[in-house]
Amino acid sequence: MSNATQLLRFITAGSVDDGKSTLIGRLLHDSKSIFEDQLSAISKTSEKRGMTAVDLSLLTDGLQAEREQGITIDVAYRYFATPKRKFIIGDTPGHEQYTRNMVTAASTANLVVILIDARKGVLTQTRRHTYLASLVGVPHIVLAVNKMDMVDYSEDTFNTIVAEYRAFAAQLGIHDVTCIPMSALNGDMVVEHGDNLGWYKGAPLLDFLENVVIDYDVNTADFRYPVQWVCRPQTQEYHDFRGYMGRIESGEVAVGDEITVLPSGRTSKVKEIVTYDGKLQRAYAPQSVTLTLADEIDISRGDMFVKADGMPQVAKEFEAMLCWLAEAPLDRNRKYIIKHTTRMVKCLFSRLDYRVDVNTLAHHETGKLNMNDIARVAMKVQQPLVLDHYGKNRFTGSFIVIDEATNNTVAAGMMV
Amino acid sequence: MTAHTFTHLDALESESIHIMREVAAECKNPALLFSGGKDSIVMLRLAEKAFRPAKFPFPLVHIDTEHNFPEVIATRDKLAADLGERLIVRSLEDSIKRGTIVIKDPDKPRNPYQSVTLLETIAEFGFDACMGGARRDEEKARAKERIFSFRDEFGQWDPKNQRPELWDLYNTRVHAGENIRVFPISNWTEMDIWEYIAREKLYIPEIYYAHKREVIRRGNSVIPVSHLVQPKPGEQVEVLSVRFRTVGDMTCTAPVESTARNAQEIIEETSTTRITERGATRMDDQTSEASMELRKKEGYF
Repeated sequence: MSNATQLLRFITAGSVDDGKSTLIGRLLHDSKSIFEDQLSAISKTSEKRGMTAVDLSLLTDGLQAEREQGITIDVAYRYFATPKRKFIIGDTPGHEQYTRNMVTAASTANLVVILIDARKGVLTQTRRHTYLASLVGVPHIVLAVNKMDMVDYSEDTFNTIVAEYRAFAAQLGIHDVTCIPMSALNGDMVVEHGDNLGWYKGAPLLDFLENVVIDYDVNTADFRYPVQWVCRPQTQEYHDFRGYMGRIESGEVAVGDEITVLPSGRTSKVKEIVTYDGKLQRAYAPQSVTLTLADEIDISRGDMFVKADGMPQVAKEFEAMLCWLAEAPLDRNRKYIIKHTTRMVKCLFSRLDYRVDVNTLAHHETGKLNMNDIARVAMKVQQPLVLDHYGKNRFTGSFIVIDEATNNTVAAGMMV
Repeated sequence: MTAHTFTHLDALESESIHIMREVAAECKNPALLFSGGKDSIVMLRLAEKAFRPAKFPFPLVHIDTEHNFPEVIATRDKLAADLGERLIVRSLEDSIKRGTIVIKDPDKPRNPYQSVTLLETIAEFGFDACMGGARRDEEKARAKERIFSFRDEFGQWDPKNQRPELWDLYNTRVHAGENIRVFPISNWTEMDIWEYIAREKLYIPEIYYAHKREVIRRGNSVIPVSHLVQPKPGEQVEVLSVRFRTVGDMTCTAPVESTARNAQEIIEETSTTRITERGATRMDDQTSEASMELRKKEGYF
């Protein structure tokens, strides 16, 4: 099945002025993912606003409030496909107060396109976007140096920006960056190479998006299977059936494999891998399956199946990088709820180590956390969690914090 | 099966199954909105994949406008019966009788009123979560909605005040009286739906495939003749080969001219079409640039 199309999720980071919406519009337009009725709607709007050409950025302006104010206020998802891949774009606004939106969109992305205006070079917001991408562990980074038409398509300008960016990225431990010069407005290096950047020998952005290897973005080594739902049909036919439903978050499992159930530590063997389409001998992340075991042991939602090699931690205390998302600041006197894999438990913040200035990356001592703050914290939970370092496993190293009073999601955490 | 054969459809399917299981596990009293349309038929197959060999841990619910195509209602009843799952139907007529919906013109589209009966049904059964088959590629407002979309006591969606949704850690918590709408196929496109229908060999209402039908042309649209829509003086009834891309209210759902007689041929047509699904077929969405956003704010799903 070499012609099977894969799914790639990516986000774009940059401000309105960097031409982000234009880039997305260009990708959709040049890959023929824009339909005539959409084009005619934005042509009319462009005309109404007195523009001479169709403003492709209008394609991504979703809500009434945004259209009125000409801004993007929240994460929006766009879809397009080429014969090689299906793409989901998380469109995130670059405005200062929206760190939380970028963290949100980045959390599920394979790749981030960081946009730079070639006239302005590496800005504070470029550093911020790069830091956030590395914090959330986005596996692939593309630096799109846009508006090359405004600097006469100068190779020197591009090289200077790239050198400065790479030096900064290296400080964050990021070495794998693909840098592409571009004019989204004119379509250079988005889908087609164009005639203006002959000196650049790399592939256009879409080509890169179609071919970047994402098979290893998930951890393929460590089997992690959080139990979501225990299936007990209690029918004549399935009288004794007891299946543990869930999604393999990482690694793989085969019939006969010895597994350990955490946090209890009991062990058993995989008897069957059941799916609607028949039984399997072996299953891989990220398949959703149902496992039955050779032994009857007490298992419920929130437990995790793992294998003896590469065990996770079982802990009631841990440290994490936290992004505070809510308008109401952290109240250290209160208990919150944590959702981690399929487990929900009470938690409290035992220590605030430091806050990170996302613009300078400097660490500051702090006693409080406000919206968009990023901090290193120590936490305690009421029941043990089965966890990994986020850098090793995005699924078992991530959590959200919920305010019990409002039920809002107030923070996103990454275990360190 | 290796990582290399895990296709985009496999990825989307696994994500949807994961979402449905989260709803079953964390919500007290969920329901699955099922209309007999193609997207909700895909939802039904995903629910089978998520919960078989057991029964679904929720009932199927349909809010019937009584403006639906008879073929779609027949499919709704047949599929629910074949699966042996419980189907709850509540009709706009009930709300009209109660006086909670006042219809100005009985022949006009009824989609705007659906929210009323839906909210009444949610209250009647005390549902805290309703899963629906809406997709983000359908419409601009949907593109900005979360998979788990929180609604207040009045069923209202506040686009500026949505809960952040990170990784696939969904926040399902609500207070009494509030509820969430869950969209497990948020990330699917029209094309994905057709590819899945073909792959899974799903039975869908015949009117999705090309057939001869009496229609009249109004403006840019082709409108099916039915007991609700009759030609006005001067309008010509034509017989065309058409299919429906969506099957909503009969008074505002337009078919497209087509000769595609099976899912594979529809996939081929879909890959070359230059008009969006709702743009081609939903006259009620064209009234203003923000019509869907406004309806969702009023409790529409």
